[in-house]
Amino acid sequence: MTYITKPKLHHPKLPVNALGFTHRDYEGSVSTLCAGCGHDSISAAIIQACFEIDLPPHRLAKLSGIGCSSKTPTYFLGQSHGFNTVHGRMPSVLTGANLANRDLIYMGVSGDGDSASIGLGQFAHCIRRGVNMVYIVENNGVYGLTKGQFSATADKGSKSKKGVANPDSPMDLVSLALIAGASFVGRSFSGDKRQLVELIKAAIGHQGSAFLDVISPCIAFNNHAGSTKSFDYVREHNEAANALEFLEGRQEITIDHDPGTTVNVTQHDGSVLRLRKLAEDHDPTDRTSVMNFIQRHNARGEIVTGLLYVEPDSEDLHHRLGVTKRPLNSLSDAELCPGSGALQKINEGLR
Amino acid sequence: MLSRVEKINDFVVRLANVNGSGSASANRIFARSIIRMGVPVGSRNIFPSNIQGLPTWYEVRVSGAGHLGRRGGYDMMVAMNPQTWDKDVAGIDAGGYLFYDSTKPMPSSKFREDITVIGMPLTEICNKQYSDPRQRQLFKNIMYVGALDALLGIETDVTEVLIKELYKGKDKLIAPNIEALHIGRDYAEKNLKGAVGLKVKRASAVGDRILIEGNAAAALGCVYGGATVAAWYPITPSTSVAEAFASYCKKLRVGEDGNNYAIVQAEDELAAIGVVIGAGWNGARAFTATSGPGISLMQEFIGLAYFAEIPAVLIDVQRGGPSTGMPTRTQQSDLLSAAFASHGDTRHVLLFPADPKEAFEMSSLALDLADRLQTPIFVMTDLDIGMNEWLVEPLQWDDNKKMDRGKVMTHADLEAGKDFGRYLDVDGDGIPFRTYPGTHPTKGAYFTRGTSRDRYARYTEEGPVYVDNMERLLKKFETAKSLVPGPIRQDAPKTTKYGVIYFGSSTAAMDEAILTLNEKNILLDRLRIRAYPFNDTVIDFIKHHDRVYVVEQNRDAQLKTLLLDTGKVDPQKLISVLHYDGNPVTARFIVNDISLKSGLETSLKESV
Repeated sequence: MTYITKPKLHHPKLPVNALGFTHRDYEGSVSTLCAGCGHDSISAAIIQACFEIDLPPHRLAKLSGIGCSSKTPTYFLGQSHGFNTVHGRMPSVLTGANLANRDLIYMGVSGDGDSASIGLGQFAHCIRRGVNMVYIVENNGVYGLTKGQFSATADKGSKSKKGVANPDSPMDLVSLALIAGASFVGRSFSGDKRQLVELIKAAIGHQGSAFLDVISPCIAFNNHAGSTKSFDYVREHNEAANALEFLEGRQEITIDHDPGTTVNVTQHDGSVLRLRKLAEDHDPTDRTSVMNFIQRHNARGEIVTGLLYVEPDSEDLHHRLGVTKRPLNSLSDAELCPGSGALQKINEGLR
Repeated sequence: MLSRVEKINDFVVRLANVNGSGSASANRIFARSIIRMGVPVGSRNIFPSNIQGLPTWYEVRVSGAGHLGRRGGYDMMVAMNPQTWDKDVAGIDAGGYLFYDSTKPMPSSKFREDITVIGMPLTEICNKQYSDPRQRQLFKNIMYVGALDALLGIETDVTEVLIKELYKGKDKLIAPNIEALHIGRDYAEKNLKGAVGLKVKRASAVGDRILIEGNAAAALGCVYGGATVAAWYPITPSTSVAEAFASYCKKLRVGEDGNNYAIVQAEDELAAIGVVIGAGWNGARAFTATSGPGISLMQEFIGLAYFAEIPAVLIDVQRGGPSTGMPTRTQQSDLLSAAFASHGDTRHVLLFPADPKEAFEMSSLALDLADRLQTPIFVMTDLDIGMNEWLVEPLQWDDNKKMDRGKVMTHADLEAGKDFGRYLDVDGDGIPFRTYPGTHPTKGAYFTRGTSRDRYARYTEEGPVYVDNMERLLKKFETAKSLVPGPIRQDAPKTTKYGVIYFGSSTAAMDEAILTLNEKNILLDRLRIRAYPFNDTVIDFIKHHDRVYVVEQNRDAQLKTLLLDTGKVDPQKLISVLHYDGNPVTARFIVNDISLKSGLETSLKESV
C-alpha cells in the first residue's frame, strides 16, 4: 500500500506557510499501519511541526530502523530523502549521513524494539557522540509486526494481550539518554499532539542529540487492561513537567505574563523555548536533578512528559571533531587530494 | 667436516625474541642497515597476540636479486629467546649459523653438529656495563645488532645514521645506543672474526624504493582517493590503517576552517560499517578497515549496501580464521565471506593488492569504484602486507586524475526535467543514477530501503519487479568486470601447457618460486589475479592450459571456488597449492608442492 501516493490536489484555500507550502506538501504516502495507531499521530505531529516552522522538506533527511515505527518515515515528508536501514542500526547510518553533510536536519525514527532491544548499543553511542539530530522513539512496549512480544521498554508486571506478566525490568530510554549525555531530552504521548508538536519543533532547532521518547500505544497488541502502555493507562498516569511553547527567533518574544513560573531558554539557532512550569521539583537545565526527578516519578508509577532536559549551548559531533563548516560531501578534488608533490615528500621520508 | 653456507647478499637471518623486550626497533635497524647498503631486504614480524612475554620472531630475507617474499628456512638464527630455543636451533639450514647469548653455559646436547655456533656473552657484557635492568635489556638488543654488523660486514656508519634518525627528537638516547652498538661490534671483531660465511656486500639494487607497511599505504590511498569519513573498530591486524589515516589527515587534510575529514572510532564493527553506509548514501566517500571477524559482524549491513546500492569501501586486512583464529598470523581466507557477504543472493567486488604499493593504488581506486558501481568494494589485503614493511617502488599519483563520483543527478539535471528513477537502468550497464539528499526542493527525493522496490524506488513485493531488480544487479556486476584491474600474465620462457594462478601476498614468493621451477624444467605460464569479478581472460587462461596450479593461503581453496563458480572450466584442471599455517607462504613451499604435484621429488628444506 505504501507505494500509493496521495493525490496532490487540495482545497485552494488550504493555508500555506512562509515557503508557500501547504500541510499536504509535508505529507507522505498513505499509512499502512492499523487504524488508530499512535504512530500515525506522531507522523501527523511531525508534519505539523515542519509545516509550522517553514522547513524546506528537502533539507531534512529521515532515517529509521525496522519495525512499525520505522515504517512511518514513508508517511511523512514525501519530498525528503529517507532511509529505512536495518534493525537497531539506524543510529550509525544517521551518524554517517550527518558527517557527510552537516547542513541538513536529521530525523531518526525508531521504536522500542529497535532502540531499546536490538539497537540499545547504537542508541546510546549515537547520543554519546552528540550527533546533531532529532531521535524519536515511538514507544509502545511491544513488537507489533511479529504480533505482540514484549520489548525492552515494557514495564515489569505489565500484562501482554495473552495475559502473561512481563518478568523483566524495563529500559527507561529517557534515563539512558540522560546518562549517555543527550543535550535535549523530552517525553510525550502520541495522544497529546499539542505538547508533541512543540517538542518536535524545539528538538529540530536544537544543536546536538535531541531525544524524544513518545509513548505511542499499540492498539492491536498493547492497549488492553493490565498494559502500562495503553491509551487509558498513559492518560491516567501522565504527569506533565512543563508546558512548552516553541518560539522561532524571528518571532517577538513577549514579556512573561506569569513571572516565576515561566522560563525562556534560547537555543543555539536563536529559537526560544518558553517553558511554563507544572512540576515544582523540576529544573530542566540541571541534568542530575532531572535524573532524580525522573526516578522519583518512575517510582510512583507516573509517566513524566514535557521537555525534561535541555542544554542550550550544546556542541555537536562536528564541533567535537573539528570538522570544516562546509559539508564534507561538497569538498573538491583539490581540497581532498594532496597531490603528487606531497606524495613525493612522503616517499622521501620512507627511504 | 662441517660445511658452511657461504653466501653474499642472498640469505635469511631469523631473530628469535621475547615480545615486549624492545627487540622490534633493534631488528628494524638491522634490516634497514642492509637496505641502506643497497641490498634489498624482505623483513617480516612473526608475533603473538600479546603485549609482553611471548615468543616473537623477525625474519630478514637478504636478496641482492630482489626476492622479497619468504624463501623458506633460514641460514642464521639469532637466538635470544630460551623458550623457543629447541625449535629455533632445529630450523637452521644445514651449514648455517647459530648466534646466541653464551653467558650461561649450555649443554652440548642443545646444539647441532652441522651448524656453526657463535656464542657471545651478551648478558654478561650488559650487566657489566649497565646497572639499570631495563637498560640491560634494551641495550642488549642494539648490542647484538652491533655484533651482526661485524659478522655480516654491515657498515657501522650506516647503522649509526639509522639510530640517529630513529631517536631524532629524543636525542639523549642516541649516544648510549651508538655506544652499545660499538660494544657489540668491537666484541665480535675481536673475538668472532670470520665466524660467519654470510656477507652483505654494498650494492645498488635498492634504487629509490621506499619501505612502507601496507596498512599505512592503504590509509594513504584513502586520503588520495578522497575519503572524508572513516569509521572503524580496533581489530588486529587492521588497526593501524585507521591510525595511519588519522595521522596523514592531520598533516594533509586540514582546511582553513577545520578538518576536511571525520573519523569515528565506533562501538563495534556493525556501527563502523553503518557510519560508512550512511556517509556513502549522503555523498561522502567513506571507508572502514577491519579483519575477518569484523567482516562477519558486518554481513547484514553489507547486504543492505549491495541491495540499496550504496557506495562503501572495506579494507579487509585478513588474518587467520575462523572465529578469533590466529589474530596475529596471516591468511587469505576471507575471500568467500567477502565475495558473498550477506544473506540472500549477493556478489561483491574484491581487489587483491600484492604489496603496499598496490594497497595504496587499490584503496584509492576502490573509492572510485564504489561511487561508480554504487556498491561495497573490498580491498583484500592481509597481515603480511598490512603489518610488515615492504620495499616497494615509490608511490605515484597522477595530478590529472579526478575523482569519479559516478552517476549522480544534480539540481540542474532535475531542473532540466531528466527522468529520475533511482533503480532505472538508463545506460544499459546496470548502474542507475542517484541523487544526494537535499539536492532539489521538489524533485529527486526517494526512499532508500532494504526491502524490494520498483525502478522508481517504490516499495513492492511483486515477483517480476523483484526479479527485474536482481537481474539488473547481476548486470551491474558484469559491468564491474571491465572496471576492475585485470590480471597480469607472464609466460614461461618456452611454450607450456601448464599454468599457475595466484594473487595478493603470495606474489612475492611466487615470483621467486617460478625461477626455481624453471630451473627444474617445470615451465608455467603465470597469471596474477588482481580483482573479482574475474576478467574473461582469467577463464581463457584456464581453458588454454591443461593444468593450472592455484596458489592461495587458505585451507579450502577459496579462490578456486570462485574460479569454478565463474567459469565453465573443468575442475580437474585446477590443482590447489594451499598454505595456511598462518605464516606467509614461502618460495620453497610453492616449489616443493608444485614439484610434488608435477610428479617430481624435491629436497628443499621448508620450515615454519
